Amino acid sequence: MSAASARVALVGNPNSGKTALFNALTGSHQKVANYAGVTVEKKEGTITTASGRVVSVLDLPGTYSLRARSPDEAVTRDAILGQLKGETPPDVVVCVADATNLRLVLRLILELRQVGRPMVLALNMFDIAQRQGLRIDLEGLSRDIGAPIVTTVATRKRGIEDLVAQIEAKVEALAASGRLEAANTWHEPSPAEIRQAHAEAQQIMKAHVRPAERPDTLTGKIDGVLLHPVAGLAILLSLLFVMFQAVFAWAGPLMDGIEGGIGALGGLVATVLPDGLLQSLIVDGLIAGVGSVLVFLPQILILFLFIILLEDFGYMARAAFLMDKIMGGAGLHGRAFIPLLSSFACAIPGVMATRVIDSKRDRLTTIMVAPLMTCSARIPVYTLIIAAFIPNQTVWGFASLQGLVMFGLYVAGITSALAISFIARRLFWRGQVEPFLMELPTYKTPDPKSVLRNLWQRAAIFMNRAGRIILPLMVLIWVLSTFPYPPEGATGPAIDYSFAGQLGHLLHPLFAPIGFNWQMTVALIPGMAAREVAVGALGTVYAVANAEEQVGTLAGALSADWSLAMGLAFLTWYVFAPQCAPTLAVVKRETNSWLWPSVMFAYMITLAYLAAMGVYHGAVALGWG
Amino acid sequence: MDDLHLRQPSAAGDLAPGEVRLSHARRGDKGIIGAVGAPAAEAGLDAEELERRLLELGFVEGAAIEVIHEGAIGHDPIAVRLDDMRVALRRKDAAQILVRLAGAAQ
Repeated sequence: MSAASARVALVGNPNSGKTALFNALTGSHQKVANYAGVTVEKKEGTITTASGRVVSVLDLPGTYSLRARSPDEAVTRDAILGQLKGETPPDVVVCVADATNLRLVLRLILELRQVGRPMVLALNMFDIAQRQGLRIDLEGLSRDIGAPIVTTVATRKRGIEDLVAQIEAKVEALAASGRLEAANTWHEPSPAEIRQAHAEAQQIMKAHVRPAERPDTLTGKIDGVLLHPVAGLAILLSLLFVMFQAVFAWAGPLMDGIEGGIGALGGLVATVLPDGLLQSLIVDGLIAGVGSVLVFLPQILILFLFIILLEDFGYMARAAFLMDKIMGGAGLHGRAFIPLLSSFACAIPGVMATRVIDSKRDRLTTIMVAPLMTCSARIPVYTLIIAAFIPNQTVWGFASLQGLVMFGLYVAGITSALAISFIARRLFWRGQVEPFLMELPTYKTPDPKSVLRNLWQRAAIFMNRAGRIILPLMVLIWVLSTFPYPPEGATGPAIDYSFAGQLGHLLHPLFAPIGFNWQMTVALIPGMAAREVAVGALGTVYAVANAEEQVGTLAGALSADWSLAMGLAFLTWYVFAPQCAPTLAVVKRETNSWLWPSVMFAYMITLAYLAAMGVYHGAVALGWG
Repeated sequence: MDDLHLRQPSAAGDLAPGEVRLSHARRGDKGIIGAVGAPAAEAGLDAEELERRLLELGFVEGAAIEVIHEGAIGHDPIAVRLDDMRVALRRKDAAQILVRLAGAAQ
């Protein structure tokens, strides 16, 4: 027997603990990529069985039916049917079921049975079923569905060895017989056929599952508070408020630590290397540039920690429920809440998360407004400007004024996103509205390990970006702002004579009406690659320009050089401007057309320009010029 | 609470006593799903697609249902307990579901 790779696909209803089981099976042997031709995230891992066989495991998007409506569900269907481009069909299908919620998955199993691939049923969360006093006749159930059953508790790695053994048995049976268990007879079920399958599933339930003696009442009690029309909304808003205050308050010491470390490293390198071009490149270009971005890792991690915890706890679906009427009023689907909330971290995963929205129009509207949500890449820019221009005071006895301004910027993003989608809905798309149908999952204590794994993946993505996009850009900016050297006998700062200075001066007339000086204009150019790069760019521009004077922090330099009106105009620009080429690229990929990224770029830059102009002139009129 | 059951039947009419469209049910209403599907007058491709989605999520004739939450604005959307699970949906989409109220039979 060779160690030839066999393939297994995990399929199941949403909220069945499928991903937890995938993690338990594959541990750290997993990678995240995309399926060929589509933008659905592909999670694949490997397990090595007791006999040394290597089995690859595919974690398919959750679904209630093989009758797919969203791109995610289409991937699941095509993978199961073996029709996915560039993918070998799975040898064994592992259906993952929440043991406490079997009715719907039984109907899915009946559909899977029609496909004819060897199947194993993993009854997950079996500990909860036992605690509730749910009795399942495993033998009878296994006979009726025609597949072996393994009980698992994915979060505690229970039943994993049994599951692997059953998978291997199926793989060997397949290899021995050389053909599938039955011919594929699956087709899209009609309403009558779905009813028929429900009736059949109901029969199976009745015969083999005795209802829980102690059903879960906790979820109902929690929902009584969290979904309360008044208390629920108040809790949601306070939660968001706490989230953003925490991003500021908790991250502070960590950020100071990183800043100190970077500064010490720069100082150390400066003493080792001789004065000159190389020292300047490494200290002012590389270390300072990367450091100015790295310093925001704590904030990003705190924000993601909140989002991941709320998601794993089961709160996200509740938030969508609470927000649906408001989102619906703006012409958005309640489900758009989750992609838009993800866009607070980064518009790229946010745009990609719109795949959960079935209707193309709802999805496009959500994609178009997602970059208006305040992504984490704006935090560095906001923090810098706020630190430079907003005094660090406490107002109303408890709230930090800087935190309040930040909150206001978030509100500006949200409000404009809702307004834009409302207008889009009224002007362009007045057609059929998609139904809002969503399971509210049982509340669960988030598993610390899975939260950490998720958080680590986010941090890795951010660091990867910092390394691959920002680092080369910082070097480019250093080159642009260092060469050519000023002429002999020049009086102004060196950067005035560089390429960056020239480019800034060239574009400056365009930006003068909104109050930008040429340094700000220079920072916008590399800032197109990623918003946070603008901070590094400002740092480089000002550090180089003021090197002789040795002005302290960048914020100090900015507050000395800019008026309050300029700072506010810059903040406003960053609320709206499409300063992110990767987002535009992802939109192009997701919509498969250059039209939508072009529309996005045009409307956002117009909005940014007009709003910044309004704010600048308003502030000047107030005497803040 | 009882006067809730005396309210107007939906525009679709032809409701037997003790029946209510889920779109018009209030918090606390519970019973058994009597029928799923659009009234003949509103039938169409979109209506059949909605019917299939409702069925796939477990809104099937005979299932036990109870309205457990209502949204803050216009009592919309609603959350229902559907057998062992909880599902959120908009009242507009709930119009396809006919509920035989449990209390009305007694």
